[in-house]
Amino acid sequence: MPSDDVSRSSPSVRASCRSCWLAAPGLLWMALFFLVPLLLVFAISFASRGTYGGIVWEFTWANYLDLLHPLYGKILGQSLWYATLTTAICFVLGFPLAYVIARSPARWQPVLLLLVMLPFWTNFLVRTYAWMIMLRHDGLANNLLLALGLIAEPLELLYTPTAVVIGLVYGYLPFMVLPLYVAVERLDPVLVEAAWDLYASRWAVFTRVVVPLTMPGIVGGCILVFIPSIGSFITPDLLGGARSMMIGNLIQHEYLVVRDWPLGSAVSFVLMAIVMAAVFVYYRQASSADGPLEGR
Amino acid sequence: MRRSDPSPSMATFSTSPVIASGQSLPSTSPTIDIRAIVRRHGSVAAVDHVSFQVQRGEFFSILGPSGAGKTSVLRMVAGFEDPDEGDVLIDGRSMLGVPPNRRPVNLVFQSYALFPHLTVSENVAFGLRMRRVPGALIDQQVQQALSMVKLIGKEARKPAQLSGGEQQRVALARALVNKPAVVLLDEPLAALDQQLRQAMQVELKSIQEQAGLTCVCVTHHQEEAMMMSDRIAVMHQGRMWQVGTPREVYENPRTLFVSRFLGVSNELPGRLGEVVREAQLFHPADDRLPGFPVRTGPGEVPGRPATWSLRPEQLRMSSERPSVQDPVLPGVIEKVLFAGSETKYLIRVGREHLWEARATGAMQPSFASGDPVFLQWALADGRVFFE
Repeated sequence: MPSDDVSRSSPSVRASCRSCWLAAPGLLWMALFFLVPLLLVFAISFASRGTYGGIVWEFTWANYLDLLHPLYGKILGQSLWYATLTTAICFVLGFPLAYVIARSPARWQPVLLLLVMLPFWTNFLVRTYAWMIMLRHDGLANNLLLALGLIAEPLELLYTPTAVVIGLVYGYLPFMVLPLYVAVERLDPVLVEAAWDLYASRWAVFTRVVVPLTMPGIVGGCILVFIPSIGSFITPDLLGGARSMMIGNLIQHEYLVVRDWPLGSAVSFVLMAIVMAAVFVYYRQASSADGPLEGR
Repeated sequence: MRRSDPSPSMATFSTSPVIASGQSLPSTSPTIDIRAIVRRHGSVAAVDHVSFQVQRGEFFSILGPSGAGKTSVLRMVAGFEDPDEGDVLIDGRSMLGVPPNRRPVNLVFQSYALFPHLTVSENVAFGLRMRRVPGALIDQQVQQALSMVKLIGKEARKPAQLSGGEQQRVALARALVNKPAVVLLDEPLAALDQQLRQAMQVELKSIQEQAGLTCVCVTHHQEEAMMMSDRIAVMHQGRMWQVGTPREVYENPRTLFVSRFLGVSNELPGRLGEVVREAQLFHPADDRLPGFPVRTGPGEVPGRPATWSLRPEQLRMSSERPSVQDPVLPGVIEKVLFAGSETKYLIRVGREHLWEARATGAMQPSFASGDPVFLQWALADGRVFFE
């Protein structure tokens, strides 16, 4: 009788063992090149800086306490603000775009999605340089606005917070559109009609039916834009001035310019904490929104 | 024919701002007045000059095969589409250009379209909330609507936790709680299995009568339309072919299409012959079959091609040639189909015509396939159609 049990359960046991082995190379890779360096950075964040930029292995909270300094607080707050603003603008721009793509004829959808992703075919650094040219004092943006008579004098665009947010929105908009597209595509159009038939105005249809039912996509898109935005480094470095520094620039500055690795590590971990908090919110939202959606 | 005052149980429902904006009209004016509407998709007219009126408290069905344009008509009444020509009047007001959220009608969707993120009572309350009805009143009216569709106790469920029949009831409650001038039903029972469907036909009809609802129902199911409706409109290829009570349309179909669509039509093509007494002779195209008398309108020209048709239940079978005067044709039983409460016989008539006859209950004669039979009917039952 026990043998009967074994023979019934053994195939699945063997299968799960096999998949364990298949996962081993990946796990090893992650452990070696992700987990170990991460632990190293974590350890360094509690060490202190040597006189010539080396690491002195003495445990201290000093790095984290240093971050309470108003200057760092300002950079942190600025990063949060730019990332939030970027996410909000991406949502406002991305939702109608995703909606139109998801509701366009089926044969056009892959083409439109491809067009959304087309910028990724070019190097991000090159594209950011292109923005520098466009936002310059005598760049494309200013010339266009002058020609249209909207402004009398060229605007100071480059090396301002505006330029940073423009660059971030440009860079991460596709990350907003793709999850939103998936969510809207799954939304049954008849539900929109039903709400409209039940006296809902267009705005009420959007807030009461479309938004709740596409919430996983909205949260997913926001997270996907927010995370790279807050840690962004190239965009504020090239498009922003000294006043629009973000956490990414701070980390780079601490590691490479000041050679204060312990402080840089501490900043990295604070950034990670923010990102993890954001992801936590995402999973909370996604799991609460999944219930009714799965039942459809 | 139907009462025009709302039943006492519904009188407590508040009149909505949407509905109240209609001017008071004499009770004789139709709730819905469709005037020669046309809806084109490209060069094809999906709806081609359709006109009909629905009286208050009436259950009106638009019956037709898929692609007949009946859903298009319903969507134009609901406001999702506007006609290219013609007018849609609800309670005497033209609805052209009025969006669905400002029309005093509610649609019960074929797929129910319940909001998956809302509970049963939130779904039902949706329309009232959108119209900013006070909260206490909403609770009361939602309860009333849920009790009408027998869903008390399931208020907190999500649609996914309900059976198909229960979802159907929620969809119905969500529409009727708003006390619309008209409830529009798009294939309301199509998603239910046969048994549930038959039970819901009875229930839907009794809810409609109890609440005094005016309903316009679109269906391709002829039996369902006949059982629930006060009047039926038969639609085909964008046009309305006949409007009348179920009995009128079934017993006096105006065209061959209507005759075929509303039930089984035993047919013989042929042409009209000479007039004999009050009848006219009909010569089947199949020369093995003898001519027989038919009823036609006055002055039909002999020689005119026509198709003659008879309902299965009007056909009598006997093994010996009957002596009465009624028309008679010979046939051979080809198949006997026992269906419980009745037995269907497929009978070969002439070379290529397969007719259906029915026998019910204790009267079931014992015919077997291969038996020769004499088929007989009352002269007045047969119908003649001209192409």
